[in-house]
Amino acid sequence: MSLRDLLDELTRIPGVRGALVVSREDGLVVADSLMESVDGKAVAALAASLTGRMAGVTAALGQPEPRAWQLQGSEGTLLAAPGREGLLVVALANAEVNAGELRIRLLNVAGRAA
Amino acid sequence: MRSLEPWVEAPLTTFLAESGARITLLTTSSGQVVAQHGFTHSLDVMSVAALGAGIIAATSELARVMGSPPLEAVVHQGNALGIHLAGFDTPRGRWLGLVVYGKETSLGLVQLFFGRLVEELGRVAPPEQPVRQVLAEDFEHELNSSLRSLFGR
Repeated sequence: MSLRDLLDELTRIPGVRGALVVSREDGLVVADSLMESVDGKAVAALAASLTGRMAGVTAALGQPEPRAWQLQGSEGTLLAAPGREGLLVVALANAEVNAGELRIRLLNVAGRAA
Repeated sequence: MRSLEPWVEAPLTTFLAESGARITLLTTSSGQVVAQHGFTHSLDVMSVAALGAGIIAATSELARVMGSPPLEAVVHQGNALGIHLAGFDTPRGRWLGLVVYGKETSLGLVQLFFGRLVEELGRVAPPEQPVRQVLAEDFEHELNSSLRSLFGR
């Protein structure tokens, strides 16, 4: 199954505006499935940066790296989950999305993305 | 950060803060330095400017031979440092940007905010001024003045 096929499992969820596989080290897009209005390069760069910083925070606290993180805004939400081989799976959704379902599927996809 | 063009300072300051770049050099396409951050020796900055202009010239020629439009950027990724080198058009002509970054940031962030820097430079650039003739007797004074602006001495 291709990375694009994995991302389509996320974008099929109502309310999801896009999903990406990102290189954690570079913050570059590896694969994406996005609505036209979404700036994938910006999402990839910023999500990878945030993930690195959160990993730094949890390491400083003596905790393992987070399995996922969620940034919730007034108009939408951003979820990210580190995958294998230095990849990061990111989903961008509007405020009406079923965040619980998205989180479960995101973790599932992150476990298979490589 | 030092700049020969005052209007470059605000966009470049924003870029440095947001990208986390360690060293940034803006030059004309011929290698004349417009602004720099992170260098402490004038010899270094002049060498890097000349080398950057040479790399862009070489890759542009390579693209031309391959029948491709000019390449937008060249990236060298090292273990500890990366270099992002790009040519871009401004109202003042074609410029080059050379950015050195470390592990504290990423190529994605550098590329993202470099794109915004280019947009902002295009937005705030003042209209082109007439080219002033540089006389031979003024050359050394002009050169020293530029070096003082770029290195503060």
